[in-house]
Amino acid sequence: MATVSAVPASFTPAMPALERVPRVDQVGVEERVARFCSRSIKKESKVQALKLALSMIDLTTLEGQDTHGKVTQLCQKAIHVHDSMPGLPHVAAVCVYPTMVAVARRALAGHDIKVASVATAFPSGMAPLAVKLEETRIAVGEGADEVDMVISRGAFLEGKYALVFDEIVAVKEACGPAHLKVILETGELGTLDRVRRASVLAMHAGADFIKTSTGKVQPAATLPVTLVMLQAIRDYYHETGRRVGMKPAGGIARAKLALQYLVMLRETLGQDWLTPELFRFGASSLVNDILMQLEKQATGAYQSADYFSRD
Amino acid sequence: MAIPEPKLRFDTDWKYAPAPESTEHARIDRQYELFIGGQFVAPRARKYFDSINPANEKVLARVARADRQDVDRAVTAARQAHARSWSKLAPAARGKYLYRIARMLQERAREFAVIESLDGGKPIRESRDVDVPLAAAHFFYYAGWADKLEYAFPGRRASPLGVAGQIIPWNFPLLMAAWKIAPALACGNTVVLKPAETTPLTALKLAELMRDVDLPPGVVNVVTGAGDTGAALVDHPGVDKIAFTGSTEIGRLIMRRLAGTGKHYTLELGGKAANIVFADAAIDQAVEGIVNGIFFNQGHVCCAGSRLLVQESVAAEVIAKLKERMETLIVGDPLDKNTDIGAINSAAQLEKIEQYLAIGKAEGGELYQSSCPLPDTGYWCRPTLFSGVAQSNRVVQEEIFGPVLSIQTFRSFEEALDKANNTPYGLSGGVWTDKGAKIFKMTRSLRAGVVWANTFNKFDPSAPFGGYKESGVGREGGLHGLDAYVELR
Repeated sequence: MATVSAVPASFTPAMPALERVPRVDQVGVEERVARFCSRSIKKESKVQALKLALSMIDLTTLEGQDTHGKVTQLCQKAIHVHDSMPGLPHVAAVCVYPTMVAVARRALAGHDIKVASVATAFPSGMAPLAVKLEETRIAVGEGADEVDMVISRGAFLEGKYALVFDEIVAVKEACGPAHLKVILETGELGTLDRVRRASVLAMHAGADFIKTSTGKVQPAATLPVTLVMLQAIRDYYHETGRRVGMKPAGGIARAKLALQYLVMLRETLGQDWLTPELFRFGASSLVNDILMQLEKQATGAYQSADYFSRD
Repeated sequence: MAIPEPKLRFDTDWKYAPAPESTEHARIDRQYELFIGGQFVAPRARKYFDSINPANEKVLARVARADRQDVDRAVTAARQAHARSWSKLAPAARGKYLYRIARMLQERAREFAVIESLDGGKPIRESRDVDVPLAAAHFFYYAGWADKLEYAFPGRRASPLGVAGQIIPWNFPLLMAAWKIAPALACGNTVVLKPAETTPLTALKLAELMRDVDLPPGVVNVVTGAGDTGAALVDHPGVDKIAFTGSTEIGRLIMRRLAGTGKHYTLELGGKAANIVFADAAIDQAVEGIVNGIFFNQGHVCCAGSRLLVQESVAAEVIAKLKERMETLIVGDPLDKNTDIGAINSAAQLEKIEQYLAIGKAEGGELYQSSCPLPDTGYWCRPTLFSGVAQSNRVVQEEIFGPVLSIQTFRSFEEALDKANNTPYGLSGGVWTDKGAKIFKMTRSLRAGVVWANTFNKFDPSAPFGGYKESGVGREGGLHGLDAYVELR
């Protein structure tokens, strides 16, 4: 069940020349985002995009109050998104804490839905490296296909880039065959210049995906931050030929916003990234809003929220 | 420099479905007369011409062709209105009319946007988000000045010039009408407006609007026609001021005809702006600015950033990214909300652009065009780059007025500045760098009326606009724009 990492065997992590990372102008980024948001997505292209967005969701529960029952039911939602509507894709993955990986693994047995686990002292990352690595190994040992790690933001903001780089390299190694998503926690980085630099650092260290946020810090994912990360992915692809995935997470609850992300993805990275293999939404309430919009497209009417299951 | 390898594929499985703006609320009559003295009147010679949709070459309406006598009628109506009503009104009352025009324009924004795109070929996204809102903003802005002229010119008395003859181009038909009419009326002048031959419809809709807001008859008159109509207006002895926006060639002609007549004039003419990208610029945003600078309104922009000057150490990267970005530009139906680049305004303009493409190739320039599909009918030009060109090439020197960008590299600040200023024009310029000091140094040394830093093609009614050298005489917009419509004592 474990996915083979997209990072090829020949990959060797190498500290990038951060002084060569392009500068970012926030005003220009916001203008570009506004252009994406003015695209008009209607009718069949809307339905197609809504289904694509659905297939890209990492259905997530990351609470201290998570129970076996809650995780099991969330997995049922992942499998049976809305069975009354035929032809729907399932979501990409279920994302949980390491202690819930085995539960999710069992609940999803026989289905092509990935189990993702956060690790490395999520969400703060405030633990010694040895603990982070052990947690990663446990999560993978329990059956996680994907590991969502957090970077040490404190070290990054202090300018200890090599330390952050080495940590990512070490966690990647601990992941073994599992995919590694590197959470930059952009809400704590403060500027788009730092977002761009952290993205480059993570990709050169071996990230399969770069991810905006834990969802525990505000602001979480935003369109401008995601655009800067997508542009970093694009330049890295031209430089190395390796496709790195993108995962905005937190704060994406509406279908309309998800479509704006997809427009931005389509016009920045194109066809190859329009797949759950390389783009994910870290979200949970987004699912039902997408379903509601799909119903609207099919029937012409909005239905009550009670017609869509909440797990 | 090619598109970076490995290539990204923008011919995606997920496509945007057509999203055409509805034309239901846009009323276009089959025939339009001249607007003189508050009424639509037939031209004396009963001659008409067709206004066509450049996106499908179909006729939109028949429009009156004004001759010398028609122009005389319009000027007479404007003179009478100036003497009898407009100059007698309290300034605050003039402001009230301008506010009313601005509000009505906002109310009818959708209709104006649709007709602007139908008649001129520009994408609805631009007419909806730029042309019409900015036109309304100009009326709002100058409405505020109408009763505050004594503060605009402290210690002096500002009185109107009289009748302003205003000749406007086809690239921003409604917006240029607003630029011209709003300050003229605010200062107490009356107006005879001559819209461009290929795009008269929104000016005629604006005339309807002037009638609907009960503007006193004759304060604004609209005479449609071709060059001879404009010439008749320029030559008319009853006109006190000529405001012209258009080509340098015609501007020169007008200046010659006005010499010795004592008429006031402002001319807003061509341009060949340098868009200067330094190595320390935010590259991705600079690429976006280059695209906005040259491909906005199909490049039919006098202040377009049509000469890219890029520092050599980032030239390959910038050009590669520019080519990649151009692949995502959607060229096609101007009424589709997703269209980025619309139709070329007329067959004549397309021919002119194509001549320049041939000239550029013959001069040894390397031509690059995006691979987008083009519609079968109508006038279209793919977004185009010319690299490997020099100051001595015509595609670098002359205004093409189309989606064609010339690209040159430079090493030092001084070289960039020298190349940027080495042009008979001087309307606008752009500078892209992360260093504030470099921005100030460059903007002070560029001989151009408007210089944008880390952005391009931004307009605001409060900002003066106008050129150095062959780009024109006088300023429009802002406080400076009032200057052109008053006599100071």
